[in-house]
Order: sequence, then C-alpha cells, then structure tokens
Amino acid sequence: MSKKVLMRGSQAIGEAAVRAGCRFYAGYPITPQNELTEYMAEAMDGLNDGTFIQAESELAAINMVIGASMAGARAMTSSSSPGISLKQEGISFLAAQELPAVIVNTMRGGPGLGNIAPSQSDYFQATRGGGHGDYRTIVLAPASGQELADLTRTAFEYADKYRSPVLILGDGMMGQMMEPIVFPEPIDVRTFSPKSWILDGAKGRPSRIILSLLLNPPEQEDLNWRLARKYEIITREIPMSESYMTSDANMIVIAYGTAARIAKGAVKRVRELGLKVGLLRPITLWPFPNRPLKELSRHVREFLVFEMNMGQMIDDVKLALEGRGNVHFYGRPGGIISTPDEIAKTINSIYHRQHLEED
Amino acid sequence: MAKKIFQRPKYLKKAVFHYCPGCGHSILHRLVAEVLEELDIGERTIGIPPAGCAVLAYNYFDVDMGEAPHGRGAAVATGVKRTLPDRIVFSYQGDGDIAAIGTAETIHAANRGENITVIFVNNGCYGMTGGQMAPTTLIGQNSTTTPGGRDVKRDAAPIDLSEMLAIARGSVYIERTAISSPKNIRRTKRALTKAFKTQMAGLGFSLIEVLSPCPVNWKMSPVDAAKWIDDTMTQTFPLKVIKDEVGKLD
Ligand code: SF4
Repeated sequence: MSKKVLMRGSQAIGEAAVRAGCRFYAGYPITPQNELTEYMAEAMDGLNDGTFIQAESELAAINMVIGASMAGARAMTSSSSPGISLKQEGISFLAAQELPAVIVNTMRGGPGLGNIAPSQSDYFQATRGGGHGDYRTIVLAPASGQELADLTRTAFEYADKYRSPVLILGDGMMGQMMEPIVFPEPIDVRTFSPKSWILDGAKGRPSRIILSLLLNPPEQEDLNWRLARKYEIITREIPMSESYMTSDANMIVIAYGTAARIAKGAVKRVRELGLKVGLLRPITLWPFPNRPLKELSRHVREFLVFEMNMGQMIDDVKLALEGRGNVHFYGRPGGIISTPDEIAKTINSIYHRQHLEED
Repeated sequence: MAKKIFQRPKYLKKAVFHYCPGCGHSILHRLVAEVLEELDIGERTIGIPPAGCAVLAYNYFDVDMGEAPHGRGAAVATGVKRTLPDRIVFSYQGDGDIAAIGTAETIHAANRGENITVIFVNNGCYGMTGGQMAPTTLIGQNSTTTPGGRDVKRDAAPIDLSEMLAIARGSVYIERTAISSPKNIRRTKRALTKAFKTQMAGLGFSLIEVLSPCPVNWKMSPVDAAKWIDDTMTQTFPLKVIKDEVGKLD
C-alpha cells in the first residue's frame, strides 16, 4: 500500500516520473524549477538503468531527449518559460517524428527574461504548438501536488500511446508548495511491451528510419493528415476538466492550475454569501474541454475567465461557448498572485451588475 | 566460378545516390558501410544524419537511422547511446552543421567523452543551400556570401574545429583525412575503422574530419576538386592524427 508523503511539487513530478518508468532525463538549470532537475539527478543515480545529464543548453537537453526517445526510453526534460522557448525546435521535431516525450514547463513571468515569480504566461505557446509547423502538443495543467503526481503518470502514458510530446504546465508556486501525496505504484520497466518503431539496431529485421524531412509535398501532406487524424482522436479521447458547484450555478469561473485553486477559494466565499457561482477547471488545456462548457452555456449566461496572464485562454473559452453567454476576464500577470478575496470581489461586482441575484 | 571482387557493401541500400558527380559523400558513405561490415557491427548500429546534403543518408545506409535537427547530431547521438550503451552510434555531419550551428553540442559531447563516433565532412561550404560561406571556408575562397573571397576582417578566419575538440578532455581519437586520392581514401577508411573500434572498446569520443570535394559549389571538375584539396585545402587543414589517446587497437 502506498502511503502519504509530504513533498514539494517539483519533486513530486520527479518521483512520479521515475515511478512511471522514466529512465532518461536531461535538463539545464533555470529558476524556478531546479528542484526537479536536482531530484532527477539523485533519482537516476540510484537506478542502474537510469540516465541523468545536465546538458550544456536547453537545446541540447531536448535533443538528447529526442535521441533517448528514438532508442525507446521514457524520457523527460523540464524547464521554465525562456528555456521552453529554446526547446521549441526539438518539440516540433518530436511532433514531426512522432516521438513520445514529457516536457515540464514551470511557468514564470514574461515575455523576455521576465521574472521568476509564478505566472501562466505561456498558455498560447503551450496550446498553439509553440514551435514551427503544423502540429499540436497535449497539455496537462495540474492544480495540486497530488495531481502533479497523477498527471505525470498520465503524461508518460499519453506520450507513448499517441507517440507525441506531452507538456505539463505548472508554475513556481505549485513547484514550491509542500503537500501530502499518495504516489502510484512504480512500474517495472521490463513489463513495457516493446515498441515496434524504435532504433535499436536492425538485427533480424529491416532497418528503420525516423525522420521529419519530407521533400516530396505529397509525403509531407500525408504526414500532416496522419497527425491531424491523430489529433482528432486525442480531441475525442482525453479532454479532462473538474466541475465544482456548477449544477445550480448561474455564473461560472473558468481557471486552471494555481489560478483555479485561488478561484476555488473565491467561489467558496461567494457561495457563503448566497451567490450561485461555480468553477470549471480545465485539466487538459489542449485538447480544451469544450463539452462541459458548451453544456453549461445552456443555462449559464455569465462566464469569468481568471488567469495569471493577460487573457490567453479567453479565445478557447469563447470557441467552446460558441457565442453563447458573456465572457468576462480578470487577470494578474507578471507573477502577481491574486487572493481569493480579490477574485470574490470581481465575481460579486459582475454578479450584481448583471442582476444575477434575480435569476 | 568467377570471383566477385567489387560489390555493394552489405549496409548500403540498393539506391542511387542523389549526390552530384564527384561529390565526396558518395565515396565516404561507401567507406562507412564497408567498415560497419568489416567490423560486423551494422546490426547494432544507429546512425544520425544531419541537415544538409547528407540529410538523405538515411536512404542509403541500411542501418537504423534517426534524423537530428540541424547541428544537434551529437546531442541526439548522446541520447541514443546513453539509452543503449551496447549499440554503436555515429553521427554524420557537415561543416555548417557541426562547426557553426552545432558547435556547442559537439564540443560538449566531446568534453563529456560520449562514447560515440562523429564523421565530420568538411567541404568548405554549405552545399545543399547553394554554396554559402561555411565556418571552414578558406581565406580568399569564393562563396555566394563571400563574393570577393572570404575576408578575415569581415568574415573571420576558418575555424579549426577538430583542433578545438582535441583540447576537450573527453575526446580520445581525432584524425583529419581526405577524399582526394586512392591513398587518402584508404587512409580515411583506416581512420574510420579505428574510430569505430575506439567506440567498440568503450574508450570515448572519436571524430574523423574528412576533407571532401564539392565540385559543384567549388565550380571545378571532380579531378580539379581533388587536386585542390591536396594542394590548397590541406594548407589550412593539414591531414594528420590530431589526437590519439587510444594507441593500437586489435
Ligand atoms: S552540393 Fe556539394 S556536397 Fe552537396 S551533393 Fe553536390 S557536390 Fe556533394
């Protein structure tokens, strides 16, 4: 039986990755996520089949992950916003070469070097692909220590299942927070079924090629179609969200990650005042959980998007609502952490301005 | 029965090279394939082709091949080799790939002593993109981006990447050879053999720099291109063993 352990978020990702069978990690120091890199250094050291490399650059780290993934390992790298920008070349190649990999982004304030405070500045970058070319990346947005652990396991499963890079999107606050976590049992990597496409030497089989250069336009088009069909399946199979007090609500707050935790506190507060407000928390940011929002739009008119940025999720919310309802926004960028009180005040003012108490 | 004295090496596919007439890549591919066969390692070898003219190397080598982004060959090779330490991993990279955009990856792989073999094709230009200046273009040499010849003040001097890599503590065997004459081609094959043996023995980072003709972009006949390597290119890039901490290998 697994028992509860108290652990920092960053380290929880590391522990969950090892338990998910991750045997290759390459990373480069950047705040606020060094605890994860350091955890992986120690964890891999303790395994006789694990590799840890402190790479010379973010680029090298993601490219080492490409190599490890080609060779069949469950591989991971992690960084924070500016570092993730540097990794985008490799993420595009992972998508094109259909290689599984897990990439953790502990977001900080930006653009540019920004700061090292918790932020959600990379929603666009994460959900729109980030690198060049016609592709998508699965994006998971945990909101608690437990979820960091659970979704790390999920990330590796999705990466292998869909042969795709999977991004875990967190922030420095989540990474630092100590929370009790129950970890899933470790997987014995020897029980993984062999992958039919890896490069491990053409012994007793035809040689294999993993590539992304498709000079012939019809071949490139074929890849794009294959990817598009895969993305369609992913969009059908994996959207995840949490609904909190939404059944009788006439106003819905939409927030993910750390912002969702703050928003939940705000919802509790306004509920005490008798306001019928609920929270919809996307857990997958791509694919976006359209269905629950669409369903809510049948009886809810007011929606408030709360993010720790200048409103990068609004477009996705509007697309999900298909023009129904009013979409409001409240955001604090730059690493400012709102209080539940602050959000509660915003909810309150919209609630009364729209005369929802009369509903 | 007639004795076959020349045939396609086991690890070259039945494909026609797309390389220009007189291009060094064709000969070098053959040499690498011969060495893999002679050392009987083809079935446990993974090759990493570059971006550039040799990107299509995966269509020719009949071993597992995984394409790397431009310049990242040594990093991708590192990931493969660390995951499968008993396999043989080589990257095949041009001068722009390895000595410009991928310098950092290469130097650090060498410094870490990654047990991989790097084949560095130096033809003094960006071949695939149409003959722009490479980091290894000679002083005074014409290219599409150095129309009046490479000028030290404006364009810098050519980079001695192999010599730089020899300083790295983790590199153990580095040699510069050429595809310019039967003698130099034989020498290239010997060097490749030693480099792969170095890896098989687990000794660390090996790299063979091969001066290789690009007659098309040099605007020379294949014969003149070979002569130009011997007479001119070797003045800047002398053929020699640059580092050997390996000694004799069986
Ligand atoms: S451009 Fe030069 S290097 Fe490229 S294939 Fe032609 S001769 Fe060879």
